[in-house]
Amino acid sequence: MANQTVIETHQLSRHFGTVTAVDQLDLTITGGEIFGFLGHNGAGKTTTIRLLNGVLAPSAGTARVLGMDPVVDGPKLRYHTGVLTETPSLDDRLTGRENLRIYADLFGVPIAKVSSRVDELLGIFELTERAAERVGGYSKGMRQRLALARALLHEPELIFLDEPTAGLDPVATRHVHQLITRLSREEGRTLFLCTHNLEEAQQLCDRVGVMEHGRLLAIGTPAELIRQTYKLLSLDLEVAAADLPLALAQLSRYSTLQVQTLNHEQIRMHGIARDAIPELIATLSAAGVHIYRVNPREPSLADVYFALHEEATR
Amino acid sequence: MNRRAIRAIVRKDLKVTMQNKGVVIPLLLVPLIMFIALPSLVGLMPLLGNIPDSDLAEIQLLVSRMPPTLQAEFAGYTPLQLLVVMMIVYYLAPMYLIVPMMVASVIAADSFAGEKERKTLEALLYTPTTDQELLLGKLLAAWLPAVGVALVGFVCYSIVANLVAGPIMGGIFFPTPMWLILAFWVAPAIAGLGLVVTILVSSRAQGFQDAYQMGALVVLPLLALMISQATGVMFLSTGLVLLLGAAVWLLDGALLWWGGRWFRRTELFGRL
Ligand SMILES: Nc1ncnc2c1ncn2[C@@H]1O[C@H](COP(=O)(O)OP(=O)(O)OP(=O)(O)O)[C@@H](O)[C@H]1O
Ligand SMILES: [Mg+2]
Repeated sequence: MANQTVIETHQLSRHFGTVTAVDQLDLTITGGEIFGFLGHNGAGKTTTIRLLNGVLAPSAGTARVLGMDPVVDGPKLRYHTGVLTETPSLDDRLTGRENLRIYADLFGVPIAKVSSRVDELLGIFELTERAAERVGGYSKGMRQRLALARALLHEPELIFLDEPTAGLDPVATRHVHQLITRLSREEGRTLFLCTHNLEEAQQLCDRVGVMEHGRLLAIGTPAELIRQTYKLLSLDLEVAAADLPLALAQLSRYSTLQVQTLNHEQIRMHGIARDAIPELIATLSAAGVHIYRVNPREPSLADVYFALHEEATR
Repeated sequence: MNRRAIRAIVRKDLKVTMQNKGVVIPLLLVPLIMFIALPSLVGLMPLLGNIPDSDLAEIQLLVSRMPPTLQAEFAGYTPLQLLVVMMIVYYLAPMYLIVPMMVASVIAADSFAGEKERKTLEALLYTPTTDQELLLGKLLAAWLPAVGVALVGFVCYSIVANLVAGPIMGGIFFPTPMWLILAFWVAPAIAGLGLVVTILVSSRAQGFQDAYQMGALVVLPLLALMISQATGVMFLSTGLVLLLGAAVWLLDGALLWWGGRWFRRTELFGRL
């Protein structure tokens, strides 16, 4: 499935009364990528997952997922997709193992393989010891792990994870991150990840999309989005203390730069274009300034996110 | 139809439902009263003391108002035998029907409205089951136990009736043909009715309790049946019971057809 189009939507929309949950969404996702879907509460992320799995009908527009139309081929499509829902949606009155076994039947896991597959997943998610207990007694993290296991029972090629690390402790969060990476990088599956954790998105995702009120504000690799949003960067420079006056003199020739002396050997400048950095360093160096460190202060995906929302609400 | 998926839904619902005390207690208690306690009481009545003549006279008055075919049936009975037959064969019949209706409606309330309440529906909707399979699984999960309880109950009722009233009647007198029709033809239909009505109600209900209470309204027609017998307006003859069953099956079919049209997971999600 790698490099093939896995999800393609065209003007996909869904209204609830007067609320537009998803607004003319155009989205293309390729096989094997980890796609991060970001946006405020109520931006339309969960609704999009529902539309893409054929469990909710669009008000307008079309979607093709794994070559199928979710509206028509929903049941067939869902054999190939796995969804971790926002709330784990587990049967509290059943044991962990029973929860998995029943879903193995529902997802058509070959009968001969059900037991081994269930045991394997219980092992992967470290639930083997508690598998015979009712889920009602599980902690939040255990529930989340069980729900993840359930979403992977039938080895889906396209996996939707709606806030998989919400409420998890740092160790559990890291486990989930490792799992996501493995599912994608080693097993070639496609991941559609809704998250409010921007660091997580920046670290894991090949591409991210930012939603606001059902509209897609921006889409691209985290680095692309940062570059698009922040044309001008800040740069920290460490020079030999003796060369500081020389460096400041040189920099004063760039009228658009705001220069600030941090201490006797560190300068911070704001408003420099990425493309201008090599030339500026060359100039300083040619003038005889000894440069020890050049540290562009990269905005994070989080900065981009806030900037995009500010722009959208303006 | 994916039978394995349907079986999985039935299994899941049964396991989950049997752990709800609000379901299991009435499920055990009501059949126990209906099938064991009530017929025992009727059979033991003559032993507890003399039945006043005025009561027996009243029964005979009631018989005189019955259709001629039934009067013929009762012709050879002593007043005491008449009392036993009236109670065990006729008056308790509508009560018997309450059981499958109640079982179906309690389980359906738990499995539809309860599932919404416990937020377990969402994962189920994301499975590859079709809407029809989902609906069928849910229906069978309530209907099969209801019919099961009704049939087992019928057997218990028959045994108890013959044990306690056999001596009065001079041998095995139960089940009558009318009761066979009641148990095998009407009870499954009534279970279906309780089920379908509860599901329709559940879609509007907030949770299990809510759905259960609203669903209980379907018992009203059965109470009407009971009262009309007690007042002599109508009697459960074999023909009438056959007809009643047919009518309920038709009603089931119509409601199911009507309900099945809006049972779409995409609609359920619109309301989750
Ligand atoms: N079944 C529904 N009925 C009515 N409105 C709905 C329904 N589902 C979603 N909405 C509305 O659609 C909008 C988008 O909701 P959605 O759940 O997709 O947001 P989200 O991005 O997943 O938010 P969150 O980050 O809080 O999970 C919200 O305004 C929400 O209230
Ligand atoms: Mg959401």
